[in-house]
Amino acid sequence: MSITIKDVQHVARLARLHLSPEEEAMFTEQMNAILQYAEKLGGLDTEGVQPTTHVLHVSNVMREDVVKESLSVEDAMLNAPEEEDGQFKVPAVLE
Amino acid sequence: MSLFQYRLSELHNMLHASQISASELTEESLSAIARVDGDVHAFLTLNEEGARAAARQLDDKLASGAARGLLFGLPAGIKDNIVTKGLRTTCASRFLDNYQPIYDATVAAKLRQADAVTIGKLNMDEFAMGGSNENSAYGAVRNPWDLERVPGGSSGGSAAAVAAGEVFFALGSDTGGSIRQPASYCGVVGLKPTYGLVSRYGLVAFASSLDQIGPLTRTVEDSAYVLQAIAGYDAQDSTSAKVDIPDYLSALTGDIKGLRIAVPKEYIGEGVDASVRETVLSALKVLEDLGAVWEEVSLPHTEYAVATYYLLASSEASSNLARFDGVRYGVRVDEGGGLLDLYHNSRSHGFGPEVKRRIMLGTYALSSGYYDAYYLKAQKVRTLIKQDFDEVFKKYDVVIGPTAPTTAFKLGSQTEDPLTMYLNDILTIPVNLAGIPAVSIPCGFAEGLPVGLQIIGKEFDESTVLRVAHAYEQHTDHHKQRPQL
Amino acid sequence: MPSSKYETVIGLEVHVELHTKSKIFCGCSTEFGAPPNTHTCPVCLGHPGVLPVLNRQAVDYAMKAAMALNCTVGDVSKFDRKNYFYPDSPKAYQISQFDQPIGLNGWIDIEVNGETKRIGITRLHLEEDAGKLTHVDGGFASLVDFNRVGTPLIEIVSEPDLRSPEEARAYLEKIRAIMQYCDVSDVKMEEGSMRCDANISLRPIGQEEFGIRAELKNMNSFRGVLRGLEYEEYRQAEILDGGGEVEQETRRWDDAQGKTLTMRGKEEAHDYRYFPDPDLIVLHIDDAWREAVRSSIPELPDARRARYSEEYGLPAYDAGVITASKPLADFFEGSLNYTGDAKAVANWIMGDLLAFLNGNNLELSEAKITPQGLGEMIGLIEKGTISSKIAKTVFKEMLETGKLPAQIVEEKGLVQISDEGAIKGIVEAVVAANPQSVDDYKAGKQKAIGFLVGQVMKESKGKANPGLVNKLLAEVLNS
Repeated sequence: MSITIKDVQHVARLARLHLSPEEEAMFTEQMNAILQYAEKLGGLDTEGVQPTTHVLHVSNVMREDVVKESLSVEDAMLNAPEEEDGQFKVPAVLE
Repeated sequence: MSLFQYRLSELHNMLHASQISASELTEESLSAIARVDGDVHAFLTLNEEGARAAARQLDDKLASGAARGLLFGLPAGIKDNIVTKGLRTTCASRFLDNYQPIYDATVAAKLRQADAVTIGKLNMDEFAMGGSNENSAYGAVRNPWDLERVPGGSSGGSAAAVAAGEVFFALGSDTGGSIRQPASYCGVVGLKPTYGLVSRYGLVAFASSLDQIGPLTRTVEDSAYVLQAIAGYDAQDSTSAKVDIPDYLSALTGDIKGLRIAVPKEYIGEGVDASVRETVLSALKVLEDLGAVWEEVSLPHTEYAVATYYLLASSEASSNLARFDGVRYGVRVDEGGGLLDLYHNSRSHGFGPEVKRRIMLGTYALSSGYYDAYYLKAQKVRTLIKQDFDEVFKKYDVVIGPTAPTTAFKLGSQTEDPLTMYLNDILTIPVNLAGIPAVSIPCGFAEGLPVGLQIIGKEFDESTVLRVAHAYEQHTDHHKQRPQL
Repeated sequence: MPSSKYETVIGLEVHVELHTKSKIFCGCSTEFGAPPNTHTCPVCLGHPGVLPVLNRQAVDYAMKAAMALNCTVGDVSKFDRKNYFYPDSPKAYQISQFDQPIGLNGWIDIEVNGETKRIGITRLHLEEDAGKLTHVDGGFASLVDFNRVGTPLIEIVSEPDLRSPEEARAYLEKIRAIMQYCDVSDVKMEEGSMRCDANISLRPIGQEEFGIRAELKNMNSFRGVLRGLEYEEYRQAEILDGGGEVEQETRRWDDAQGKTLTMRGKEEAHDYRYFPDPDLIVLHIDDAWREAVRSSIPELPDARRARYSEEYGLPAYDAGVITASKPLADFFEGSLNYTGDAKAVANWIMGDLLAFLNGNNLELSEAKITPQGLGEMIGLIEKGTISSKIAKTVFKEMLETGKLPAQIVEEKGLVQISDEGAIKGIVEAVVAANPQSVDDYKAGKQKAIGFLVGQVMKESKGKANPGLVNKLLAEVLNS
């Protein structure tokens, strides 16, 4: 599998990254090199091997349904780039 | 001589005998930082006033005779991907340049409960992605042994600050070697605990299934103390293990007679510098002299670890870093083009090239049509890599090898080709994939640069790892060498 | 009018908010209507470094709902991340379930036009709700409130088994009833605790293959679902009649305009990049857990309806109406502790009670009347203490005050007059005062007696026993 500039542009859109033409070219080359290196995994027989999501031997980690204290609105909004009436403000989705 | 040449137990005796105070320890740290950090550049944010106030309170406590915490009075540096309430936390990213955490990481709270003093936040590769610290948005950390060289990464600030005597100990995080490799490059002790032993709550996630917090110290004994203070179940982390925490100090018996050591041939073969190999082999001789036996074994899937790791870690990272969108905190670049532009501009402005590269790689690996070939395949190979270790640990107590294939390289020498840089992590990555503990300890020098010995143990068997490391340390002087700054 | 040579195919995706006390992955309250961002914490705001911890009650509720919908609850269930950027989603991924949901392969029966039909349920999965956006600055900006983010949701996906908007509504009503019986949700469409999206397509009758479907969103009421689907059915039929092709797209129902519109903001096709959430641990569900949840499921609407017909002899229609709402059915049964006349209770519930609730747009819980009140009132009618007419007054008073009927009758002096002497006095006075009507009656105009009865009742302020009035009036007139 070889990836093209078009693939890189598509992935950048999914990841919400704006790339310059130079970055697009660079990432295309580098991602190809890395993915080509990763092709070696394809040669391994993993028939019947269970995937590992993580290594822990536990299951059913849950908490009881108990309400805890929430943040003050001041703390909730402390880092807000833009705020109005105790809410986070964002521009609308424009086409 | 710096007070930090003493071990923790020695400093506590001196505090108890009123020969020193907590405030003096804090001043020692702050003055060392003032003296050397212009060169080393380990710190991103200093907590000067906070640290002094905390030290004064501890001195009051000392005078009152109240019970003292395990890390009483000790100046600590915290890697800047561990959130500290009210103390700026940037992950060395431009994106979080102005971020004021509204809560404390569990380990930060534990350090406070143990009466440690937080001196400041330590430089790192942006979002812990990198092995040289050159990916910090605030400039690279320099290796105290040679300012032209990298300290390693991503916990380069943590390793350098301890090596340079700027703090007594530091916390780092290790996703693919990010504690052990810089510990190796900087000649300090760096421990990556078993996945689940130390809470990840408040560690800004890079790769959630691999990340683990651990201590960087000058000695193995100090490492055991810090681990004792930060280990343990945390109800706020679903991946935190409910295991009994042993007394790590009591494990440091010095006795390793009959210890069975496995040395993977893949860890001392091609690709490992001859000088590093020689240094490690002489370390094995020391262990042999102490009554241990070692044999060469094979971890056959080692060669697949780097590819597996970069697919899994980048995939998780692409999702973990999606929250940095400019809506609730961090950088916002709004040029009036609407929400979609705001996302693109904020993220493109906020992230550096390595972070973008990994987000791109991870997004691609998870995207429709490629998931099975990349992500799922890597998860299966991860199982095989873990099974390699399971197999070896049926016969051996520890696995030993070098921490890194080389010593610290020159700044700027490997920035061109990311793949070459990734391959530096080949000896540390398998441990994260298997979720097991490992420590890197100084085991000598090659051309004046520290070499790290990696001791890998069974899951939750930090005691054996520390016991072996301590026994070695007791019979060598490498850890007493200090860089001239 | 487009032709009717098409068969409609509908599948519904229903979201139901579970009424846990705290959110699914943090301890913030799920209470509705708090000031913006007062029910938030670092976890639900998606701050760097936070981790989710699963609420056990949410899992129990989801399992309960799944079992009530006849789903299989498997041995293993896990959580996955659904990645997409939107300001109401703080982590830019939603924790949801992809390939191992809580429930699979269920079904429910619905009744439309007297016929029972089985509708398949593909899956039921557990996920977290998003925040709320309010548009400001003339639509150029939005404010984000994260109180709702992290409220546990179940998504119930039906098979494309529904063949008309009417069936879709019946399905939705049945889902609501079952959730209500299971007590896992408030299921109020108006407050958004139950939401519905639909996939709808048309195909020529007899054709096996499905037509091209549109996804329909923003139908915020039962009526909205019905109208939205009817509109879409009409729109697609017109396109097909004209030889055109329906476009596969997402459309939103605009209730004010009464039509569906193409949703803007649709960029490229979504690629959610699902993968197992490494911050959460897999669920292993064993028989003991399954049985514990199963045993908490109460009698469900279908069973209750059958029982009402069998045990109380209610007509199927009555039983259906009453059991469609759990509070109503509970009220019905509560009343029967105080009277044996089930049909009378059903009549009052379906008549005066529902008229009052619907007329004032109220929930049963908002009316003050108690089951005891209704049961005792029917007892008073049976005993002849009050007339059916007086009962209407008593009922109205109970709705508003919640007082028991005996007290109302006492306070208002509404006891029926059954004393023959007293009534006879009134009858004689009325007869004396209305000679014209008496003449009319005697001339054979039977209708005149109605007027005289009315006058007697009026004089007695409605309290005279109507049976006695009739009897005594006849006696006086014929004497």
